[in-house]
Amino acid sequence: MFISMNWIGDFVDLSGLDKNALIHQFSLSTAEVENEIFYKGSDVSGVVAAEIKSVEPHPDSRKLHLLKVDAGGPELVDVVCGAPNVRVGMKTAFAQVGARLGDITIAPRPLAGYMSNGMCCSEKEIGISDDHSGIMDITDDIPNGTDLKSVYGIDDIIFEVDNKSLTNRPDLWGHYGIAREFATLAGRPLKPIETLDLAPYDGLPKIDMKILDPLCQRYSALQVENITTAVSPVNMRIRLYYCGMRAINFLADLTNYLMLEMGQPMHAFDSRKVSKIRIRRFDQPFTFQTLDGVERHIDENTLMICNNTTPVAIAGIMGGLDSEIVADTTTLTLESATFDPVSIRKSTVRLSHRTDASMRYEKSLDPEMTVVAIGRFMKLLMDTDPGAKVTSSLTDEYAFHYPPVELSFDKAFVDRYTGIQIPNSTIVKTLAALGFGVENKGDDFTVKVPSWRATKDVTVKADIIEEITRIYGYDNFDVHTAVSPLYPVRPAPEKTVEDEIKDLLVKRFSLHELHSYVWAYYDEYKRLGLEVEPNVELANASNPNIKTLRRSIIPTQLCQVKLNTGFAPAFGVFEIGRVVKGLDKDNLCIEEKKLAVTLFSKLESLESLYFKLRDMAAVLVADVRHKSLSYEKLEATHSYQHPKNLNAILCDGEVLGEIGVVHPSVSRKIDKKAAIVYMELDVTKLTQVADAPIVYEEPSKYPGMEVDMTFLSDKYEPIEKAIAAVNSPIIKKAVVTGTYADESGKSITVRLSFSHSERTLTREEVMEVVDRIVDTLGKEGVALKA
Amino acid sequence: MNHEIAALTEKFEAELKKIENALDLENMRVAYLGKKGSVTAILKSMGNLSADERRQLGQEVNELKDRVADRIAARKEELQALELKRQIEAVGEFDLSLPPDLDRGSYHPITLVQRQCENVFKSMGFTVEDYKEVVSDYECFESLNIPKFHPARDMQDTYYLENGQLLKSQTSAAQNAIYRKYRKALVEDGTPIKAIFPGRCFRNEATDACHENTFFQMEGVMVDKNISISNLIFFMKTMLSEVFQRDIKVRLRPGFFPFVEPGFELDINCLICGGEGCPSCKHSGWLELCPCGMIHPEVLRMGGIDPEEYTGFAFGLGLTRLAMMKYGIADIRDLNGGSLASMCQFTGDQ
Repeated sequence: MFISMNWIGDFVDLSGLDKNALIHQFSLSTAEVENEIFYKGSDVSGVVAAEIKSVEPHPDSRKLHLLKVDAGGPELVDVVCGAPNVRVGMKTAFAQVGARLGDITIAPRPLAGYMSNGMCCSEKEIGISDDHSGIMDITDDIPNGTDLKSVYGIDDIIFEVDNKSLTNRPDLWGHYGIAREFATLAGRPLKPIETLDLAPYDGLPKIDMKILDPLCQRYSALQVENITTAVSPVNMRIRLYYCGMRAINFLADLTNYLMLEMGQPMHAFDSRKVSKIRIRRFDQPFTFQTLDGVERHIDENTLMICNNTTPVAIAGIMGGLDSEIVADTTTLTLESATFDPVSIRKSTVRLSHRTDASMRYEKSLDPEMTVVAIGRFMKLLMDTDPGAKVTSSLTDEYAFHYPPVELSFDKAFVDRYTGIQIPNSTIVKTLAALGFGVENKGDDFTVKVPSWRATKDVTVKADIIEEITRIYGYDNFDVHTAVSPLYPVRPAPEKTVEDEIKDLLVKRFSLHELHSYVWAYYDEYKRLGLEVEPNVELANASNPNIKTLRRSIIPTQLCQVKLNTGFAPAFGVFEIGRVVKGLDKDNLCIEEKKLAVTLFSKLESLESLYFKLRDMAAVLVADVRHKSLSYEKLEATHSYQHPKNLNAILCDGEVLGEIGVVHPSVSRKIDKKAAIVYMELDVTKLTQVADAPIVYEEPSKYPGMEVDMTFLSDKYEPIEKAIAAVNSPIIKKAVVTGTYADESGKSITVRLSFSHSERTLTREEVMEVVDRIVDTLGKEGVALKA
Repeated sequence: MNHEIAALTEKFEAELKKIENALDLENMRVAYLGKKGSVTAILKSMGNLSADERRQLGQEVNELKDRVADRIAARKEELQALELKRQIEAVGEFDLSLPPDLDRGSYHPITLVQRQCENVFKSMGFTVEDYKEVVSDYECFESLNIPKFHPARDMQDTYYLENGQLLKSQTSAAQNAIYRKYRKALVEDGTPIKAIFPGRCFRNEATDACHENTFFQMEGVMVDKNISISNLIFFMKTMLSEVFQRDIKVRLRPGFFPFVEPGFELDINCLICGGEGCPSCKHSGWLELCPCGMIHPEVLRMGGIDPEEYTGFAFGLGLTRLAMMKYGIADIRDLNGGSLASMCQFTGDQ
């Protein structure tokens, strides 16, 4: 919203003050001001009122005319002018020699053979409107030679307030409310708004009007006729233009002007079309043509203004085309109303049509303002068009009153909330300036919230704190730390585990952490032959690529691996992120936190890469929880899983996740020559695994013994089991030192380390244990290699 | 001197000169000083000598023994020195100007800035909480004093799910749960609530270099009996100064967020121009960084905390924004894009 400092000046005397500093202060105390401030008129000078005394056609040009202009000087000035609307007796804006218009300085110059000693200007050329159809046609009685800046508000400072920072302040949607803030910040009085007293018309008949729906809070109306002015006064048009609105005609401009001034949207109906105002909703949907010519779909929730049963306007949003003021309108019915803000907002969303009016209504406008606005409208109307005649008494139905808000607090409350000392007198002065009724006895305060702040904005004591502190100025705060009791802080275990995992994977295994999106990437999945598995979907997805939530990070990670095949011949990536595994019985998402790791290598065999990843998992769990892992074969159920090399990862009997080779159909689409393996672990489950304590065992002081045995076996598992089965306290360690394959089959060499804490072991007792292991394995069909 | 000893001494010296390695030297030691060695053999011939001669010869043999042993030990040292020299010469001079093979992993830049922020708050006794990404309307809006059709919902276009839940549009969605988790300790033991909760957030908007539908925030709250606006400014300024490792100027402006009252927009002096004004700060000298405020009494009440007795502040820091500022990342999409060429550069905690 654009704000004119001239307009503000109507309501508070800011003379002698630094306007820029005030605007800056406003931004820090009230609402955000956009950076660019416009100094209107600063690039225009030397433009005066002048009368065209004669018009001669140019002998060589059909467009140009030779004028003699009275610019207030002793002699008429010769000017060559190309405007189509020149006429004798016309008063216009005249840029004298030496005048400045933007970058141009006016100098005498020949134009098609004749000297032109100045320039007649369009409104656009002097920056007060978009109109460039002809030179400015001044109807005001201004002596020739008068600098236009002395009669019109061409010089102005315009700033833009970010609308988003006004969502909670219905009172700031017009200049008067903004002026109140400036008055408070400047410590100067706010002038009352001048209105026309409507009491003299009380004897006139009322307008036939009824609110039939609780969504209308208040409806005020007045009938006026004999309005003869068609074009708005120049100053009104300049303000509208500077504030981003186009001048249309006097009545339309006046309603807009009033909205920009008081924040109260108004509407003028042609009284011929609206004689029986009814405010209601309809049971059946229908279409309705608004004054912008658009057919709009109206449903049963949309509040309408009707002429009896014929809709004439969408309440609070836009008037209808049929009831609009037209050229031959003689009598108009003025509407000034408030409606339920939520209803307006919903209708706006449904109609996808946001207007200057609806934008204000949805902020919860103050119903107290409707009648004031009519009084103000009439004052401005009569000032310009004194012949206008009021033909009804003020018709006003006030169906819904916001409850008055009164808040009590004491100084201790303010001190506690602010952490600083603000004197009672400052509190009283600030609140009073903002229009609050303040009673102060000792350290106790009772505050009556003004109606324009009481529609939703100020409801609790904390709101009062804001009023006091924002005007006090946050830059003026004494800043200090909190005084609170100290207790130990226990880190959330899941966060700790997450940090440990990241450090380990980055620092020990040189993996790269990536982030991806939580939904399936349709296009990229398709390219890799990955299936988008059915899962919870976004209800308001606008794009199929942002629609279905992922069930696993792996597919999105594989897409990222595909993206990076040229990065290095071998690399690994990981992400700790979240997935959704469908809905639970209460229809809520089953959300899981996962660690996903993918390794890519053109340098290693699939097998060695798989073991590298397996070892990573083992180190990770050993590090984080001092536990070991076991693995179980899994059936492939997802498009990326390998039918053979796919295992569940278990710890303490609980499945933590899975590890697998990427299915060749997917893998080859990523890179034909690369080995790709992945794992996914449930971080929450890993966190819940009980941390195994460290049990210290003093190393034996006596020499130990090592025995190597090579067994003919495909797998280590039976060997490991047999070693565990003999349950001998002197076995300290079993290490696989090699696996071989030759004509006799696969074999595994294991080195057992023996020792005793109190003595040197004999060869006999060691061999006794070895024999038992060999025996046990023999029964399983696993023999020692000869 | 016994002529045998003289001859042996001469022979020994001649042989010793030829010895070039430790093994030959050891063999030579055995040949002379061993049980069957030449020196020992001289003693064996002492049987037919007189006692005086025997004593005389014995003494000379012992002297010879000592001399031989010394000479061998000396030669051994020489050989060892020679061997070391050979070893040293066998090795070339290594060229350390060759580039190192670092093979370093990398953290996501969000992880790095998140940890920096966490560490600052941890050092001031805040706990770090983790929260889910799919939340209810109550968590994300109702419990934060944002009823349905409140204009504030306009500010964030939320991703709703088909079951009525939603992807959290702000980390504030965890506030209610945090209050409920710690209210007992607050009320019964007087332990202030001091928590931060970083997390991924989602907004339904078109992406470009400056807009993302998936980004990270970090929320922080502190609740106790006398928490004030003054404290809020202190903690914000301290945290940001620690994160950016320099004295940061902050300024507060009124900002409207339904879950705080008063609510603020916190600006910091532009890090690029230092406040002079530059394109990064749109020539204002300030950067809008972090919405914050005093927790709205209704929000505390819904969290089970009596707002008449307790006050608190809350803030929301855009971690994504912070990471971009800190590392000069111009395109926000790089953060979720997954390109290792970009992401591999964030190798350590800094």
